[in-house]
Amino acid sequence: MSSADTTMAAPEGEGFRLRWADLAPFIALAVIVVIGALINSNFMAANNLLNVITRTAFIAIIGVGATFVIATGGLDLSIGSMLAFVVGIMIMSMNAMAPALGVWAIPAGAVVALIVGSLCGLLNGVIITVGKIEPFIVTLGTMGIFRAFITWMTDGGSLSIDNSLRGAYRPVYFGSLFGIPYPVVITIVVALIGAFVLYRTKYGRRVTAVGSNADVARFSGVHVGRVRTMAFVIQGFCVAVAAICYVPRLGAATPTTGQLWELQVITAVVIGGTLLRGGKAHIWGTVAGALILEVIANVMVLSDMVSEYLVAAVQGAIIIIAMLAHRFTSAR
Amino acid sequence: MMLARTDMAGATLTPEPPVLRAEGLSKAYGSITVLSDVSLDIRRGEIHAIIGENGAGKSTLMKLLSGHAAPTGGGMAMGGEPVAFADAVRAEEAGIILVHQEILLAADLTVAQNLFLGRELTRGLAVDDRAMNRRTAEVLARVGSTARPTTRVGDLPLAQRQLVQIARALLDDRKVVILDEPTAMLANDEVDALLGIARSLRDQGVSILYISHRLDEVEALADRVTVLRDGRMIGTWDAAELDQRQMAELMVGRELSDLYPAKRPPATAEPVLTVTDLSVDHGRVEGSFEVRPGEVLGIGGMIGAGRTELIEGLLGLRPSQAGSVTLNGRTIPRLDVGAMMAAGLVYLTEDRKGKGLLLNEGLGPNLVLQALNLINPGIRLNRRKETGALKTAVDEYDIRVRSLSVEAGQLSGGNQQKLLLAKVMQADPAVVIIDEPTRGIDIGNKSQIYHFIDDLVRSGKACIVFSSELPELVGLSDRVLVMRSGRFVAELTGEDITEQNVVYAAASSGRGGEGRTQR
Repeated sequence: MSSADTTMAAPEGEGFRLRWADLAPFIALAVIVVIGALINSNFMAANNLLNVITRTAFIAIIGVGATFVIATGGLDLSIGSMLAFVVGIMIMSMNAMAPALGVWAIPAGAVVALIVGSLCGLLNGVIITVGKIEPFIVTLGTMGIFRAFITWMTDGGSLSIDNSLRGAYRPVYFGSLFGIPYPVVITIVVALIGAFVLYRTKYGRRVTAVGSNADVARFSGVHVGRVRTMAFVIQGFCVAVAAICYVPRLGAATPTTGQLWELQVITAVVIGGTLLRGGKAHIWGTVAGALILEVIANVMVLSDMVSEYLVAAVQGAIIIIAMLAHRFTSAR
Repeated sequence: MMLARTDMAGATLTPEPPVLRAEGLSKAYGSITVLSDVSLDIRRGEIHAIIGENGAGKSTLMKLLSGHAAPTGGGMAMGGEPVAFADAVRAEEAGIILVHQEILLAADLTVAQNLFLGRELTRGLAVDDRAMNRRTAEVLARVGSTARPTTRVGDLPLAQRQLVQIARALLDDRKVVILDEPTAMLANDEVDALLGIARSLRDQGVSILYISHRLDEVEALADRVTVLRDGRMIGTWDAAELDQRQMAELMVGRELSDLYPAKRPPATAEPVLTVTDLSVDHGRVEGSFEVRPGEVLGIGGMIGAGRTELIEGLLGLRPSQAGSVTLNGRTIPRLDVGAMMAAGLVYLTEDRKGKGLLLNEGLGPNLVLQALNLINPGIRLNRRKETGALKTAVDEYDIRVRSLSVEAGQLSGGNQQKLLLAKVMQADPAVVIIDEPTRGIDIGNKSQIYHFIDDLVRSGKACIVFSSELPELVGLSDRVLVMRSGRFVAELTGEDITEQNVVYAAASSGRGGEGRTQR
């Protein structure tokens, strides 16, 4: 027992191991918030902050799913188009059910959205694992397919929610629970569930094992294909949850709904500390990453120093800086 | 002594200086000496075989001679002039080239493009494909290849790729060509063709250093034979003076120490695992075998004999099918890792870092990965049980760690191996298959692992050990099956388990192997 005794001297890493690298996205977020407060006093106004956080919900919710996909070593480019497609299907099915079900068409439409979203994810996953094709290629293809479908469904214009449902559905985006907007509540719930699945279940353990080294996982009897496919299904489910929050915001789907969101989501996941090659996943880092993107955009809009047309450029620079910082801190 | 063949070539009767001479070559990495004081002469137009067990220092010697590594002692001379190569390119310029065992060609380029890779012929700014194709065709003809210069290398069969690789080495005039296990991947008729090419090169005045495990090839091909053992030179003989059996004895020549636990009484229980007519990689590897509780079944054979393929096929990790597999009294319907594991068979891979452990993960997650379902009946992870299992394993398998929260990649090789052994034992298997139990680990950890294996077999489990280290195979096994070219060629038991017998069966022709076991 001599060797084991000496091991106990070090602090035990039970579940919650704090490392500086894991804290980086939260520190970066804090720094940006401080800068925002210094630049413009309106930034810290409760109204503004709640607005920013609420807008973050979509990227954060989809990001939780993307964290799973990326942790298994995959990548999903189709999420922006998938969101638009699911929003479109949801609006069409609610409008169709409204005469018969009244406001109950809303939960029914939500169920349809969750099923369709999960099936879209399943489609991606099955093509990738059974067809043995790179996730990048497959989701590039489905990205085009989903985008074309929503353009076709809206006939190039817009697809609006039935007026009879508008009032009842509105609070899901604009309402709040004890002062916390519903989208924020939903984000927290999704992230909590995501963190539980990833860190506390066997499935989560297999996700990191597959992303870390698929061969080791296969030799240990893990069904690598199933784990990967399931990650895409989780991704699709999260997209559907985001769609449910999105519909009441504008009440319509258009061919540009969710356009380029995939880039924002992947950026949020990566600056949140999840490795793009898989293996290490940080759900809360992803949420912080989504917040960083949205807060920076907000600070830029509030300040007059930089044109808001350059928001995307700053966000693009951030992902590169985050990666360089990671390279230099891990190369010690 | 002068070789008869040199006389017939009629060059001269006064001994000309050797093409290449090594004088007291040594190589050490840090404090570990892998080759010490090796001296040999390579004559013009001879085939000089270098034989020795795995780890005897053959590859190191080849690297030194071909400039891939610098010696830490001794020197070389070519044609009587001292030489030292800064790198492999300098050695190639001097006329010495090493043809690697693995195929190192770009699959998507044509044969000619591969041959001239990095030294393309140009006319002005453009590459001169026509000239390169013409030169390539000449060289291919010289090695007897039927490939066309414009064929994509990826479309060629393995044997042709091997020839392309040799052709590449011959593009410029060479004095010494070193062939490192050129036949390891080839089928029998392809081997014969390759031996013919080696002879024709010799007759063209090229000296060939031929590294091989296959003693029958060496006997048929070589003019002289140099034997290495444990990094030392045992001697150089005229090939005519040695038969395969003598070569095997020269290669081994070592006694067993008490590194190994005492052998167990013969196992009499009914077999716990019976495999009949297993066929892997579409028949490239085939065999039937069984193992009983309380015995260590050793499976021996040279690298490339098909040992790893056999087991990966049994586990369904390669294309395979079997007549029948019975494990623990149950018939296994489908070859699949998960199903095998559930029925009580686990596999400890030889590729510790690539297929065994998640190097960036903690010790606990690694330990329980294979037995996740056993340790966690529900969907939730039971962290307390996981930590408990880790503490027990660290204790039981004497895994030396600074802290329980380090990552697996931070452990030494020996401790990684113990962690891997602990990992596969988590599932409480009936049969444990261990591929290369002690590869790359030091002698102290080796001995511990041998005793762990002894313990688990004495507790009624069955163990199958694959090893290319002969002393290990002989020291551990109660019964040995020897493989060669994808088939079982001999079964040794009791007193017959000796290094000489294993080497003889593994390296000589199939018929010779049969003969030995029937003795």
